[in-house]
Formats: sequence, C-alpha cells, structure tokens
Amino acid sequence: MSAAALSLDAAVPERGVHVELDVPAGRVVALVGANGAGKSTALALASGTLRPAQGDVWVAGRQVAGPGAWVPPHRRQISLCAQEPLLLPHLDAAGNVAFGPRALGTGRAQARQVALARLEEVGAAHLAGRRPRELSGGQQQRVAIARALAPEPRLVLLDEPLAALDVDAAAELRQVLRRALRQAGRTAVVVTHSLLDVLALADAVVVMEDGHVVEHGATAQVLTRPRSGFAARLAGVNLLLGEHAGHGAVRVGGDVVHGPGDDGPTGGAAAAAFSPRAVAVHREAPGGSPRNVLAVRVTGLEQQGALVRVRGESASGNRLAADVTPASLASLGLTVGEEVLFVVKAAEVEVYPA
Amino acid sequence: MTTAGLPRWVLVPALAGVLLIGVPVAGTLLRVPWAELPALLTSAASLDALWLSLRTSAAATLLVVVLGVPLALLLAWTDLPGARVVRTVVLLPLVLPPVVSGLALLTTFGRRGLLGRQLEVLGIDIAFTTTAVVLAQAFVALPFLVLSVEGAARTAGRRHEVVAATLGAGPTTVLRRVTLPLLAPALASGTALAFARCLGEFGATLTFAGSLQGVTRTLPLEIYLQRETDPDAAIALSLLLIVLAAALVIATQGRGRRRAGAR
Repeated sequence: MSAAALSLDAAVPERGVHVELDVPAGRVVALVGANGAGKSTALALASGTLRPAQGDVWVAGRQVAGPGAWVPPHRRQISLCAQEPLLLPHLDAAGNVAFGPRALGTGRAQARQVALARLEEVGAAHLAGRRPRELSGGQQQRVAIARALAPEPRLVLLDEPLAALDVDAAAELRQVLRRALRQAGRTAVVVTHSLLDVLALADAVVVMEDGHVVEHGATAQVLTRPRSGFAARLAGVNLLLGEHAGHGAVRVGGDVVHGPGDDGPTGGAAAAAFSPRAVAVHREAPGGSPRNVLAVRVTGLEQQGALVRVRGESASGNRLAADVTPASLASLGLTVGEEVLFVVKAAEVEVYPA
Repeated sequence: MTTAGLPRWVLVPALAGVLLIGVPVAGTLLRVPWAELPALLTSAASLDALWLSLRTSAAATLLVVVLGVPLALLLAWTDLPGARVVRTVVLLPLVLPPVVSGLALLTTFGRRGLLGRQLEVLGIDIAFTTTAVVLAQAFVALPFLVLSVEGAARTAGRRHEVVAATLGAGPTTVLRRVTLPLLAPALASGTALAFARCLGEFGATLTFAGSLQGVTRTLPLEIYLQRETDPDAAIALSLLLIVLAAALVIATQGRGRRRAGAR
C-alpha cells in the first residue's frame, strides 16, 4: 500500500487510456500532454466520475476503485476545479464556498467561517456577499478555487484552471494558486498547457501521450532534460531522441549530434537537447570550432517575440527549430521549402541518457 | 419598422396568424356582460365550478411535478433502457384527443376496468369522482412539465453536479441543492403550463369523471353546459379562464426574457 495522496494504475480500453500516476502528499503535479492524450480521463478516474475497466485507484492508502471496490465521488475527498468556475448562481460567493463543508455536515455558522477564511486566502474576502453574475471571470475562478479548498480535500484536481481567463487575470490567479497550493503544502494535480503554470505551480511534471504516461520527474529536470516530444515543446527546446553513438554523440535516424563531452558509451537510449536560439541558419557549412551541421528543409516560418522561428525537417524526419533575427533572415532570403543548414555548437548541446 | 432582411410580404401571413387568435378573444371580450358580471361569477354553480377547478388543478399539478421531475431528469441524463418508448408513451397525451385519454382512463379505472375491479374490491371507486378529475388533468398535463424540465436539464448538462459531488455532496443533496435550483426557471414555466392545461381540461374529464356539480363539473364543463341555457354566464366564465391563462402565459414569458437579458 502506498502512502501517496493519489495512486492511479487504471485502464479505460475504449478510450485507449492506461494511466499510472502517483501523487505524493503535499506536492503539486502538473499533468501535461496534447489534446486527447488522456489527461481528462486521468482526472475522471481520480475523481470517480469514470470507473476503470481494469486496475485500481487509491486515495491516501484507501482503495477507491478496483475489482470489487468502488467509492463514489462524494466520499473520495477529492475536489475538482474546472476551466469554467461553475459557481451556483443562486448562492453568493460565501454560500458557494460553504457548499462543501455544509454538504459534509458542518454547521451553518462554522461553514461560513471556513468559507470566509478560504475566500480571504484567495484574495476574495471582499466578494463574499456577491452573486456569481456580479463577478468577473477571474473573480469567479478565485471563488471556485476557494470552494475546492473549503472541504479540506486530500487532493485538488484542477483542469486547466486558467485557460479561460485573459492574460492579466491568469497571471494574478497563477500567484493565487501558487500560494494556495504549493506554498500552503496542499496536494494537487493541475492539467495545463502553459509553461508558466508548470513553472509557478508544479513540483513535478507528468507527460501523457496517446493515453499513457511517457515521462515524469521533477519540474526542473523535465524542463531542462526532456525525454518526450511534448515536454521538449513545452520547454521550448529541440529534442532528438536516439541512441548513444560514442564520443558524446547521439544518433537519431541518419543524423548525428555531438555534445560537449568527448567520451561516452555506445548504444543505449540517449537524448540531445538544445535551444532554438543556439541554432544558426546557413546556406553553406561554416568552419571553426566543433559544430553540428544538420541539413534540413524549411517547413515553416513564424514570429516568436522579436525573433523569427524557422522550422525545419531533416531527411531522416527529425523536426528542429531555429530562432534567428529578422535581419539575418532577410539577408538569407529564406522561403519555405528551401534546403538549408542548421548549425549548432557542440557546447550548446546537452546529451543525456533517455 | 424593419423586417430583419425578411421580405415585406411575410407581414401579411404573420398578421393573419395574430388575428386568427386575437379576433375571437377580442370578440369574447366584446360580448362580456360587464354589468351582470359580478352576479354571474358569484352564482352557486359558478363558484362551485371555480373552486373545484382550482382545487383539482392544484392537486393535479402537484402530482405532475412529483412524478414528472424525476422522470424528466432520468430521460435527460441516463441511458434508460427503452428511453424512446418511455418518452413516446409520456408524450402521447400531447397529441391524443382528450376524449381518447378519458376513455383510456375509464377503461382502466372504471368499475369493469383493468385496475378498477381490484380497487372496487378494496372499496375504492375512482370513476366519476373528484379523484377522477385530478387523474384526468394529471394525465394530459404531465407531458408539458416533462418536456420543459427534460429540455432544460439536457441543455444544462451535469457539470455543476459533478463539481458538487467532488465537494462531498451525495446524490440527494446534489439534487436538492444544485439540480433543482438550477432548473428552477424551467420547473416554474413547466409547472405554470401544466397548471394551465389542468384548468382547461375538458374532454378527458367529461369522459372519465362526468359532470356533477361541485364534484366533477370544472369550469370548462360548466361553460359548456351554460352555453345552451345562459350564454351570458358562459361568456363571463370564459373571461375568467382567459384572464387566468393570460396571467400564466405572461408569468412564464416574463421569466424567460429576464433570463435571456441576464446572459
């Protein structure tokens, strides 16, 4: 039996999902992945809105789903905060936050006290008497977060809690969540597509692809040394997954990328990661210090802040990105479909076992 | 006035439609014997009919709400086996001629009926009693409430309910504190429509309950009867029903508009 707040090893074959997920008590885990990767299914398995066909679910050492075991959502002590606030329109903010404690049998006065304390915690104490329709989207989501915390759940599930908000409101709410979850030592799973959310909120990152967990680890580790395509995109780095080719090099299909080291094993899964900013675009191979030269066909150009991101694909199908200044792009006269060389110094490449 | 891009000629059939309903109503109002109105409305027969109509319609509406809300929620949110058949059966009274509904009730609850025989053994006689009036009204009014609540529940979905459950609320608490308040507008308009339908019930009542003053003779039956002997009394009672119906329609529509404005 695990002491984890949530321990999930469950399958839903008709959705092609088999999730293995452990959330230690007191930690915030970011669950990331492309749309349709199975993140919502994982949350539904945890909250109890979906029953697994195989496997089991444990909450704080108690089996809540599995062969012959079933605990319905309202007895799991796992609260859910969705992308939309979903406040009850006929109750004021304090009434909404008090809903959970009241449902669990807390007296009216004490439930109200809890509600006011949680509203205070998310910076919404002054909104206690307002109805949801009198609140902005960001204010409603603050109340929804307070409501999710009020029953003192063992685990809070947040399904893209900031995705429906504008940039400013999302930034404020991100700090609210950081205080309410991470700094307060609460346990949570946050589904998100945002690197900012991951950095601000998560102790650990779990990456899902095609219904399975493909990578998990501490946030810093996953973002600096990603082992999955999604994590690499989230971190904004080029990632090549292949095998050690000796001399600190990684072979991926027909491409070989050298890292700064000169020795290293041969064989075994390896990853090479480097920033798009470290990539220079040339028409002819340059000389000088040890460099990697990768021939690619340009597949797309898009603005990325003050730079332009050049997307390219090598002959063996590796997709890479280079960030260059508009000036150098203009002097190259680059267009989509052309063959160019992506050049990156070995010193800029991080090579690690995958 | 603009026609929102519609051709101007659509005004003609639209106006004709309004007149089709408006003119007869206005015609009734013009024939109302205003001077004798208080006396006509307070005759013993009128008061009996009015009081009976209000009592039976209230009881039938209560029955419709108690049975109809759970049915509507099951139809909206579960994959009930045979849901299509259930829905067809429940909506049948909407399109069935009321006299057929009355006959169906009579053949079931009448003395020789399917259930009537057993009930008679127990000393319970339903046909041609006030209970029969209530049953007839509930029979024809149930689909109005079910349609209204089922549609609203389907549109609203269960997202609020899912969140409420994760906060620790059991199914009954969720139904009481989340579902019913959220569906209150649809429930209110469905209830008003059902009540209006109960008040106006004629054919099924006459067939199944007969026309006994103070026992089964509701307002519509009284109007039909008076039409031959005392047309002025019939018109006076008709005015009463028109006013009640208009009030119910305004009540349901007002709510719809406020909600639309709040969105």
